[in-house]
Amino acid sequence: MVELAELARKILASAPPGDDVEVCVGRAVETSVRVHGGQVESLTVAESHAVGVRVVTGSREGHAHAGSFDADVTEGLVGEARDNASFAEVDERVGLAVPDGVAAVPVDRWDPTVESTSVDDKIALAVALEAAVLAADPRVRGVRASVYGDTRSERVVMSSTGIDSHTVGTMASLSTSVMVDDVDGGTRTGGAVDAARGPVGLDVDKVADLAVIRGLQLLGAVAPSTARPTVVFEPRFAATVLGLVASMLSGERVVKGRTPFADRVGAPIAADLLTMFDDPTDPMSLAAAAFDGEGLACRHVPLLSDGVLDGFLHDTRSARGLGVRSTGSASRSVRGAPSPSHRSLHVVPGTGDLASFIAGIDDGLLVASLQGLHSGVNAVSGDLSVGVEGIRIRNGELAEPIREGTLAGAIPAMLRHIVGVGADLEHQPGGSIVPTVVVDGLTLGGGG
Amino acid sequence: MLDHELVNRTLGTALRTGGEFAEVFVEDKRSTSATLDDGRVEELTSGRDRGAGIRVVVGDTTGFAHTADLSESGLATAATAAAAAARGGGGGVKEVAVRPSAGPAPRPVRISPEDVAKATKVELLSLADAAARGESASITQVSARYGDSRRRILVANSDGLLAEDDQVRTLFSVSCVATGDTGLQTGRESTGRTVGFELFDDADVEAMARRAAGRAITKLAARPAPSGAMPVVVGPGGGGVLFHEACGHGLEADLVAKSASVFAGRVGETVATPLVTLIDDGTMAGEWGHFTIDDEGRPAGHNVLIQDGVLTDYMWDHLRARKEGRPSSGNGRRQSYQHLPMVRMTNTFISNGTDEPDDIVGSTESGVYVAQLGGGQVNTATGDFVFGMTEAYLIENGEITEPIREGNLIGNGPEVLTRIDALGNDFSMGSPGTCGKDGQGVPVGDGTPTLRVTSLTIGGTAA
Repeated sequence: MVELAELARKILASAPPGDDVEVCVGRAVETSVRVHGGQVESLTVAESHAVGVRVVTGSREGHAHAGSFDADVTEGLVGEARDNASFAEVDERVGLAVPDGVAAVPVDRWDPTVESTSVDDKIALAVALEAAVLAADPRVRGVRASVYGDTRSERVVMSSTGIDSHTVGTMASLSTSVMVDDVDGGTRTGGAVDAARGPVGLDVDKVADLAVIRGLQLLGAVAPSTARPTVVFEPRFAATVLGLVASMLSGERVVKGRTPFADRVGAPIAADLLTMFDDPTDPMSLAAAAFDGEGLACRHVPLLSDGVLDGFLHDTRSARGLGVRSTGSASRSVRGAPSPSHRSLHVVPGTGDLASFIAGIDDGLLVASLQGLHSGVNAVSGDLSVGVEGIRIRNGELAEPIREGTLAGAIPAMLRHIVGVGADLEHQPGGSIVPTVVVDGLTLGGGG
Repeated sequence: MLDHELVNRTLGTALRTGGEFAEVFVEDKRSTSATLDDGRVEELTSGRDRGAGIRVVVGDTTGFAHTADLSESGLATAATAAAAAARGGGGGVKEVAVRPSAGPAPRPVRISPEDVAKATKVELLSLADAAARGESASITQVSARYGDSRRRILVANSDGLLAEDDQVRTLFSVSCVATGDTGLQTGRESTGRTVGFELFDDADVEAMARRAAGRAITKLAARPAPSGAMPVVVGPGGGGVLFHEACGHGLEADLVAKSASVFAGRVGETVATPLVTLIDDGTMAGEWGHFTIDDEGRPAGHNVLIQDGVLTDYMWDHLRARKEGRPSSGNGRRQSYQHLPMVRMTNTFISNGTDEPDDIVGSTESGVYVAQLGGGQVNTATGDFVFGMTEAYLIENGEITEPIREGNLIGNGPEVLTRIDALGNDFSMGSPGTCGKDGQGVPVGDGTPTLRVTSLTIGGTAA
């Protein structure tokens, strides 16, 4: 088997002196099982390879990547990246990461049960999940997918500027999407996912129960009429919405003036209930990591303290653009350039939980699904307009379910109108650790 | 791309433990992309991906393995892994002899992007940047992207099929930000075709940049979109993505088979107004969703899905078609050799009607005119969809009036089909798209003439 560090060193050594060269080498071994009707529909077992080379020469940057470790493919990468750099324009912000003295916090991301668990046992998880969903309620009409997947991955980032990082990790997940018959002959759906470092940490019954509950709670849903309810985001949706906020705090957006928060450091941009930071060094986060995508140590990055903007997430390039230091927040695939991003969003818990929030709301909406996030959010202006399903809250109680609704507003205004941050922290599959969040100021639209 | 004897031996290895069907998919893809942002050419990237995906089918189970190692031993290892994954019983040696199909030949491109100097590609970015900035002082940011790819594929299977294709695609997009009283507004324009660098014989990047800038500038003066149900007129080419999402996905045979489609069991039924004929056509030369053979080696097809309002057929891949004892419709596609093929759309469109576009708007008392839709999403099991509107206007007293911003369209696919009451004679294809399904993205095209939906819900922020 090819040793990644050795391959990276070999490619680095092949570069002519004078240029700054960074090599990123990755390998992933995946198992993926899809089950339908109690049988394996497909089983994928595969190993994939990737090599990315970045060259910085005379403040110009070029890239080349390949999905193979074959010598005939990898040996041309440095030359190709150099050639590409010659067509880029001079940009003083360009530069590779340089070791900054921050020690990496070791994180154990390896669960040996990913490798030691037999394929049969992995299949059994997906089969059991489908069976549990089908047995849960007579109104369940079918299961669109019952999927188990895991990966073992390894990555080396090495550069001529002294970066030398090596990370390994495992991840396993179980997910399903259930279809439920509605009274009008239509279909409602519910989905759930669980993730852990390995198959042993996955909870089949929890995933099945959640998916079915989420499908059933929308039975009889109607189109809403236009209103401005208090909106309750359970932790999984709070993670989505606050993730949008964090993406607007990317240093790259600040450098390019593409966020409404560019000039607001030190100013309140959210209600004082919200304190939020990124911390991949927390081993409890599934996105925990010792090194970022450029090989710098991951670290605690304050974002909002009592609603006041602390700062931004930076990689080397955005930090150079603002004359600050990288926050170790470079995110990247082997195939492309890094960009700053959050990994493990944390919200400091407040008080209350889902039930207590609902009890205190006269006119509200409990969100059950959000649709169209990839097209409905304008991170430049902060405007938001997405599809929503949910359950209306009236006089402190859950009322009628709604579908074909839209939720629209502006993210900056929504942040100022946060009226509740719960104590009910939940670990999300994506790595965030967040509680229920309640906001005012969004418009619910619909044809009802 | 791969010696035919080696292909035969690999298929034989894949079937050694009793598989019923085996397939080798080999891909060699080279790509170039360049981006300009903030007035500077930022990143030039070259990519090379080469490998093989091998699948083995036993009963209803598919075993799949992929490898970047195209040597005899690399392929044998992957074939053995795929066979083990499919759990073939049986045993014995199966011999396979593939033969090149007499199918369509790859469509040659006139100017291979590999033969075009990088400097020439980069120059396009600078032209677009200057043109957008020249449009107005309110254009504060411009980003542009050039991309090309050459994807050579070979598909061989145990039915003896052997087919190859050479797919070249070229893409250009430009995005602008305008700054004004209403904050920062964005506008975008893109073109992409399954052609070589001759794309730019027709596509004028400066004109594209000016259109993108115009969209952003228009939105500076736009008011927030209204909320509620109202008539919606969709402009030519602007609404194909609506039918891709709202109807197309529900006509994919794999979703139909799992009853995860609202159109399951409805062939022969009237599902739309008689104005509607919906077609998926991978043979449309040059379009973004065009190819000669699909990723299972079948020739691309012209498939009528809805004829004059009646559901006529679904789209099929090899597995689903084999189960039903019918031919594939040439809709088996995959993102790369690392993915299993499944039923996917190609170029999906509503064919021309007979109404004059001006009459459609003129006969609309009040409503919304959508010139360009953004990305969308559908829940195929329910048909519920949502879309962003990237360029839209109010219709008042039969005239297009003020621009509106930041709203989305929401509705239900099957319901929309029954609410189309006017169809224009001005068919146009829309912008190139990437369709996502189960985590795989493939290039797709779409198109429509001007059309009116009697009632759709707009979700805006205006009270």
